Amino acid sequence: MSRIKEIFNKGKAFIPFITAGDPSLDKTVDYVLAMADAGADLIEIGIPFSDPTAEGVVIQEANIRALQAGFTMEKLFETVAKIREKSDIPLIFMTYINPVFHYGYDAFFQKCQELSVDGFISPDVPYEEKAEVSEVAKKYGVDVISMVSPTSDERIAKIAAEADGFIYVVSSMGVTGVRSQFSTDLDRIVSKIRETTDTPCAIGFGISTPEQAEKMAGIADGAIVGSAIVKIVATHKDEAARPLYAYVKEMKAAVEDAG
Amino acid sequence: MEKGRYGIHGGQYISETLMNELIRLEEQYEYYKKDPEFQEELNRLFRTYANRPSLLYYAENMTKDLGGAKIYIKREDLNHTGSHKINNVLGQALLAKRMGKTRLIAETGAGQHGVATATAAALFGMECEVFMGKEDTQRQALNVYRMELLGAKVHAVESGTMTLKDAVNEAMREWSTRVEDTHYCLGSVMGPHPFPMIVRDFQSVISKEARAQILEAEGKLPKAVVACVGGGSNAMGIFYNFIPDKEVALIGCEAAGKGIDTPLHAATIAKGSLGIFHGMKSYFCQDDQGQIAPVYSISAGLDYPGIGPEHAYLHDTGRAQYVPITDDEAVDAFEYLARTEGIICAIESAHAVAQVRKIAGSMSRDDSIIVCLSGRGDKDVAAIARYKGVDLHE
Repeated sequence: MSRIKEIFNKGKAFIPFITAGDPSLDKTVDYVLAMADAGADLIEIGIPFSDPTAEGVVIQEANIRALQAGFTMEKLFETVAKIREKSDIPLIFMTYINPVFHYGYDAFFQKCQELSVDGFISPDVPYEEKAEVSEVAKKYGVDVISMVSPTSDERIAKIAAEADGFIYVVSSMGVTGVRSQFSTDLDRIVSKIRETTDTPCAIGFGISTPEQAEKMAGIADGAIVGSAIVKIVATHKDEAARPLYAYVKEMKAAVEDAG
Repeated sequence: MEKGRYGIHGGQYISETLMNELIRLEEQYEYYKKDPEFQEELNRLFRTYANRPSLLYYAENMTKDLGGAKIYIKREDLNHTGSHKINNVLGQALLAKRMGKTRLIAETGAGQHGVATATAAALFGMECEVFMGKEDTQRQALNVYRMELLGAKVHAVESGTMTLKDAVNEAMREWSTRVEDTHYCLGSVMGPHPFPMIVRDFQSVISKEARAQILEAEGKLPKAVVACVGGGSNAMGIFYNFIPDKEVALIGCEAAGKGIDTPLHAATIAKGSLGIFHGMKSYFCQDDQGQIAPVYSISAGLDYPGIGPEHAYLHDTGRAQYVPITDDEAVDAFEYLARTEGIICAIESAHAVAQVRKIAGSMSRDDSIIVCLSGRGDKDVAAIARYKGVDLHE
């Protein structure tokens, strides 16, 4: 069984997302370790992209800051190697497909394997285009995470049937970012997934408060938080380790309450 | 070829949230494509509203001046709203209406597609919101006001380079927020399948007419067909029905801006590389990290870092060739056409005219060239004056 699936066996999972290189890759090392210490079960590391079409303003701006700070793929891999010196927390790379396609699928996933990066998720690779990525990822033991959205309907069964690691359930329509309302039929989406597979599912997009995280983890097997984390980094810049630790600890506790 | 693919190009690299909508769009399009009533309504709109068929004008002065092949100009600039964009927009708006949509959103660069979309929305009684890079709202202020006059809401996009690609990003974001009642009226032969196919089909009326018109006028096919290429919709439209005619050279003119040896250009075929962006695999201007590069052209409509997947395929197979044209060459051609033929064309189309000036003279007088004049130039007059350092006291 993949390391990703295993974390869900221990209970409800809390999965924070952070944009690599914002404000610097050195800080990314500190922030990932702080979140791991605070009890994060799995951390999504966002590889910045110039044109993140599925992101709201908060993550868009983090991408711009990271690129302006001189982000490169090689530097990212060095950063993850530094994280790996201190932590074996399961990691996922999340990004738009072009930087990975440009780097070369084979070289990229080989690097993932070397660095024990467990999964990969890309918002612009739907079921129809997944094969070119997952065939290579599989070779290196990397799970390609599938997404299910409020509009997936009859697509859920085929997506779930082929899903590896966990299934990322998109909470609502639109782009990433903090929101107060979510799709009303998340229960139905999750039960539809469970009709097909025992692959765990976690809900993401828009979650920021402990109450929301508890509710979402109650419906699914975990909660994913991105923009709220990225906002903490944007606010505290080089001094975000403590507030991140405190936030993740609180969110993890809320998610555990749902279990 | 695999569905939605042009060789290795094309595909549907788009968020899961939009997948079912794209599948539905394709199904509905395939249905209405074969529906005689739909086709008749579209043809009626083309004839009675858009002013089709557009003229194929023999440019006698230009032909004499250049001293070679006979030059024919396909006058898409005479269409209602002043460009070829209306062909695609009427088709998509009619389709959206049949699909029960009440709201159209669109991206626009020069503003021509935005104006066309706002026009169709007004005609069909639909809501309309247009996304336009902030920089483009400034260099094409007249078109912003035209859209507003037509009842559309224009969003000035302030992210990224504030030009066409950012307008596409924002339109995609908006569409993923609200697909239920909204159709994304994509303006070029780009994006995820089925858009490149749908837009090409609606634009192919250009070459359907032009092929018959040139046969009527000359009794034989032209030696070359020339068009400007940003995303590539007017070029795909004028190329499409000539693709099987192997003896006809198809030439696309990319924006070389300040020159392809400078960083300031939008010449995707000349300088770009294979990538995946805006829903499609194709060629893109990008850096060594796979980040999409900022591009530049005097022409807001060609200021795009990618090219439609079918063009990428025509390039790969050698069926079409793509050449870079600089700002200076385009501005020269803009002035040349105005003085020689009395036609003020869009700065986008002037890129194609510039290429004709380069090749016509060395061709036989028995041969002909068709150049697609994708749009009229009123929108560009102020910008050209600025470029030339003329103060218009606007």
